Amino acid sequence: MAKMNMLQAINNALDLAMEKDDGVVCFGEDVGHFGGVFRATSKLQEKYGKARCFNTPLTEQGIAGFANGMAAQGMKPVAEIQFADYIFPAFDQIVNESAKFRYRSGDEFNVGGLVFRTPYGGGIAGGHYHSQSPEAYFAHTPGLKVVVPRDPYQAKGLLLASINSPDPVIFFEPKRLYRASVGEVPEEYYELPIGKAEVVQEGTDLTLLAWGAQMEIVQKAADMAEKDGISCEIIDLRSILPWDVETVAQSVLKTGRLVINHEAPLTGGFAGEVAATIQQRCFLHLESPIERVCGLDVPYPLALEKEYIADHLKTYEAIVRSINF
Amino acid sequence: MTNPNNATNTSVHSAEFISGHALSIPTLRVLKDDGTLYDGATAPELDKATALKMYDTMVFTRVLDERMLAAQRQGRISFYMQCLGEEAAIIGSAGALDDEDMIMAQYREQGALRYRGFTLEQFMNQLFSNEKDLGKGRQMPVHYGSKALHYMTVSSPLGTQIPQASGYAYAQKLRGKDNLTLCYFGEGAASEGDFHAGLNMAAVHKAPVLFFCRNNGYAISTPANEQFLGDGIACRGVGYGIKAIRVDGADILAVYQATKMAREQALAEKEPILIESMAYRLGAHSSSDDPSGYRSKEEEELWRKNDPISRFRLWLINQGWLDDASDTEQTTALRQEILDALKVAEKVAKPGIEHMISDVYAEPTELLQQQLKELKAHIKKYPDAYPVTAGRID
Repeated sequence: MAKMNMLQAINNALDLAMEKDDGVVCFGEDVGHFGGVFRATSKLQEKYGKARCFNTPLTEQGIAGFANGMAAQGMKPVAEIQFADYIFPAFDQIVNESAKFRYRSGDEFNVGGLVFRTPYGGGIAGGHYHSQSPEAYFAHTPGLKVVVPRDPYQAKGLLLASINSPDPVIFFEPKRLYRASVGEVPEEYYELPIGKAEVVQEGTDLTLLAWGAQMEIVQKAADMAEKDGISCEIIDLRSILPWDVETVAQSVLKTGRLVINHEAPLTGGFAGEVAATIQQRCFLHLESPIERVCGLDVPYPLALEKEYIADHLKTYEAIVRSINF
Repeated sequence: MTNPNNATNTSVHSAEFISGHALSIPTLRVLKDDGTLYDGATAPELDKATALKMYDTMVFTRVLDERMLAAQRQGRISFYMQCLGEEAAIIGSAGALDDEDMIMAQYREQGALRYRGFTLEQFMNQLFSNEKDLGKGRQMPVHYGSKALHYMTVSSPLGTQIPQASGYAYAQKLRGKDNLTLCYFGEGAASEGDFHAGLNMAAVHKAPVLFFCRNNGYAISTPANEQFLGDGIACRGVGYGIKAIRVDGADILAVYQATKMAREQALAEKEPILIESMAYRLGAHSSSDDPSGYRSKEEEELWRKNDPISRFRLWLINQGWLDDASDTEQTTALRQEILDALKVAEKVAKPGIEHMISDVYAEPTELLQQQLKELKAHIKKYPDAYPVTAGRID
């Protein structure tokens, strides 16, 4: 085990993947010699050469299309989109191409092994072009897998599983935690399952569901609630697509209450999908309406960022509302 | 015979490939480092008042950048981007426009906005995201915009303004305006799909737009030789059937002359023109960047000698339009003025909570109004957690 922050864990995962399989190639804007603007690909060009870790021209659309082509040939491209806010020029290549490659060809061709890594989320005074959480757009696209880690250990294991996945993966990295989240990480290769949620704290009164950087926030809210004698079961969804209905449903069948938290705006956010599915699965066991604590239905603000965030206080209030219903 | 392919139709009978570098585009240079003109070059028609306004704007931009980068380092603002090394390119081109021509900037063109009359106070209000900011404190520092000054609000995603400039200019043409649009972008942004789309749309629809590419050698850490293999960006204009010119971006007379001529032609012929300015991004990409990770101090020092401001200053002194001593005094006074304005702006309140939902739509939807109501109640319950807005909620 070694102490790593999330960037180091991601860098370590990429290093191991490139070492293990010479089909793994990392590229994107400033990814080469510089190691990416957040330094996630630091030293990889030095170690594996310019052919396997390189800068691309400044074109997300080009990066995604290039990655599709490489993956179709059988390699495992790990393409970095510098900020998730800048993924939209690549939307066509991801939504219409990556996601449908296998389906449209009757499995003649596929882009398994393709991973788009991209930093997402707010809390860094980035305003609306450096703070968005666009997971729900991609969750609406059959054929993609969408993964969000919460800490260094999760980031490494889930990234290695993504690179080894037979299907294309969008790997959203919570940039607020890049350096802030530090933990023990095994130095050797390991994978964590895609499509499986994790119960990170067991509880009896209420289920609290989140992913990525919001896990810290819901934990804080659960700690507040505990002082009121409320026992929260906390689940990290980890994969948005496919998502682990069973783990969430089993928990809600036990607790009878669900609060979902995400950074992205409320309307059309993934919490809506979870709520719809869980009310169907757990209807007769629900003690209160499912609560969603999300961003407001506005672009991510700058000066009013603190007010906008689905923070621990708003989450705590939702917990109390749910319990007192 | 018709020409359905809309391309040259002459024939050869042995295979011949045209080299990707068949076209090599020269650089227009008028002003030498020592402030004199190149042999055979003529200075553009430039009156004293305009020349001094351009010079003052360059100095203003340089000093503002120094002070605000320092303010960022002190933690007083969150982010900053300098224009260092490209002042002539920006201000020389802005100076060649009519005040009602539209400017669509990328993000490093504060000099153009200053030239139009954006006040020091307005700069500060945006940089501090306070309630007097025209953009209501919503964007990161340097994302300026002003309808009154015909300067489109900056958007962070790269290159998105390029096809918009084509559309804006086309609309200016349809409205019968005697104005055009000038669109700034970098050589890195020229790799985005929007660049190609924007140039082609402007060409096909004959939009009077000046595409002004600031080729400054770097896109964050990525050097131009990893960005493209063609002869700079100007050659691409030719590919789209657009006239192109390359200018020395540290030579304000060359930039001014090229832009002035391009403007006249674009308006007369109703067509787009591509200008490629060759300069060097002497500062970091932004305050979040550290160039020592990708280029040497020696390289930077070489380019530091190619200072666009000192070159123009020498020319102005040669003209007898500028006195070196008063110039220094002015700069010192400006530093103080900026510091004073900074101190005022940082104390101005942030936008009120009602601006959380304003401008998302022309009128806030019912759902948004409901969300604001709930948010206000929440803030009132936990005032200590939201100090920016808590004391100002009715």
